[in-house]
Amino acid sequence: MTTATENTTTTPSRTILDPTGERSVAERARLARPASLAGLTIGLLDISKPRGDIFLDRLEERLTDVGASVKRYRKPTFSKPAPVDLRHEIATECQVVIEALAD
Amino acid sequence: MTATAAPELPDGLVAVVKRDCETCVTVVPVLRQLAADGTLTVYSQDDPDFPGDPAAVHDHDLAVSWHHDVETVPTLIRVEGGREVARTVGWMRDQWHELTGRDDLGPDLPPFRPGCGSLSVDPDLVDELRVRFGTSVLRSRRIEVAALEDELELMFRRGWTDGLPVVPPTEARVLGMLEGTTRAPDEIVASVPPDLVDVTVEKVAIAAVMAGCLPEYLPWVLTAVEAVCNDEFNMHGVLATTMPVGPVIVCSGPGTRAIGMNSGINALGQGNRANSTIGRALQLVVRNVGGGRPGEVDRSTHGNPGKLSFCFAENDVDSPFGTLAESRGVAPGTDALTVFAGEGPRCVVDQLSREPESLAGSLAANLRAMHHHKLVMAFDAILVIGPEHARVFRQAGWDRQRILAELHARLQVPGDEIVRGAGGIAEGVPESLAGHTLPKFGPDGLLLTHAGGGAGLFSAIVAGWVNGTVGSTPVTREVRP
Repeated sequence: MTTATENTTTTPSRTILDPTGERSVAERARLARPASLAGLTIGLLDISKPRGDIFLDRLEERLTDVGASVKRYRKPTFSKPAPVDLRHEIATECQVVIEALAD
Repeated sequence: MTATAAPELPDGLVAVVKRDCETCVTVVPVLRQLAADGTLTVYSQDDPDFPGDPAAVHDHDLAVSWHHDVETVPTLIRVEGGREVARTVGWMRDQWHELTGRDDLGPDLPPFRPGCGSLSVDPDLVDELRVRFGTSVLRSRRIEVAALEDELELMFRRGWTDGLPVVPPTEARVLGMLEGTTRAPDEIVASVPPDLVDVTVEKVAIAAVMAGCLPEYLPWVLTAVEAVCNDEFNMHGVLATTMPVGPVIVCSGPGTRAIGMNSGINALGQGNRANSTIGRALQLVVRNVGGGRPGEVDRSTHGNPGKLSFCFAENDVDSPFGTLAESRGVAPGTDALTVFAGEGPRCVVDQLSREPESLAGSLAANLRAMHHHKLVMAFDAILVIGPEHARVFRQAGWDRQRILAELHARLQVPGDEIVRGAGGIAEGVPESLAGHTLPKFGPDGLLLTHAGGGAGLFSAIVAGWVNGTVGSTPVTREVRP
């Protein structure tokens, strides 16, 4: 039997309201650039433009050569911002991210 | 959030039911009779397999029920040309006959059975449904939380907490909080220091949700925000001073009991939701809207734990000297609060005085030492007289005026004792004041209130920040809904 509780939990309500005076942009400042990439985990984000993967494959080779470990990600479409879950995944797993444009 | 369009009802008869309703179960044979005509559509709010025969459309998100204002189940609606032309709720055979044009429905049923509440008006669901289907009145920026992201950690990382976890301010929770006030969400409450950002009722409600308030606390939080955000109280200075002060909120009136505030045992301590969250909500407004954060504009050398929340109710039921609010011009029996820039409370122990003169002497001696025994007139104080100390004054017939007069009389300090260098201590008043007698407090510098548990011959002193125009003046405001 479907209960009242199930009726509420079907709502994707993972949104909260900004408690601030909203005088600054929602995005936070970028971290400082690292002095070296050695030993860092680098995310390569393919934005789903044609041939972006070829460019990123080459980048992965170069980065691996300098001692970085590389993780690959892909946006569903270049025409929209990366989904929040993908952004969170990259932020959790990587210290650096490179987003590739291509055509 | 955008409003969703109302789902159209099919022509013919429409019944909205749920299995968890005895009357709905009772009318199933009637629904079968109507279904045989071929023009009945049944919507089930809970169980998609109810009634089974006839088969129902599952109103899984309650969109049909919400948009067609179903408040009771069963609801039977006649629809013609896409428009509702008649409706009846519950089971009343006469009305079902009239609506359907039949005269043979439910011959074995009693003539009347009241319906049950629709799930779409269930108090546990209605806030969520308002968000889902309503046109939102809320204007705050939406922050999306990733599926694997912990929203409590998100709020810590963004610097939105006072160091303790906060309740995530979802739209449903904020709408629920706003039920606690008659004021419009977009009404400006105050301009919040230090950044002087206009704060709306909505933003205060967000802070109240985060702090853990119930909706009925919201008028108190709104009043507290108004009371600190002005030149008199000087919230900017209260933040910027290196002294350990924050807003202390003294609540008065029958409303304190209605919302369950504590004026008794441990009144100044933890454990009561209203006491703990009203002051916290105020501080979250100052932090998040005003930008008043420690290490930034908040320059306090030590701070004090009360800067999380320092809020309590006066015991006005058996106070021998009335309430602080009344003494500051509020009519008796009116809900009001007083804000005071104060530090943490310290205890005055006197377990032997049974004469008012003796007790006044104890209290005065401790008040004289406040901040520094050689500094006078610069600071105000709240004196929280415990019930057992208050009894001594009551039995002697001393009212507020008398208590204050007796305390002030014992707080006249010889200038010779407190000039700089006197007693081998550099701190003190200018040497030009030698030979004068100086009052520890200005005429309005002592604020008396009555609170605490019934056992314990103690009172508490809450020392203030610099008084007057260079510092902070206490502010009293009536609480309105």
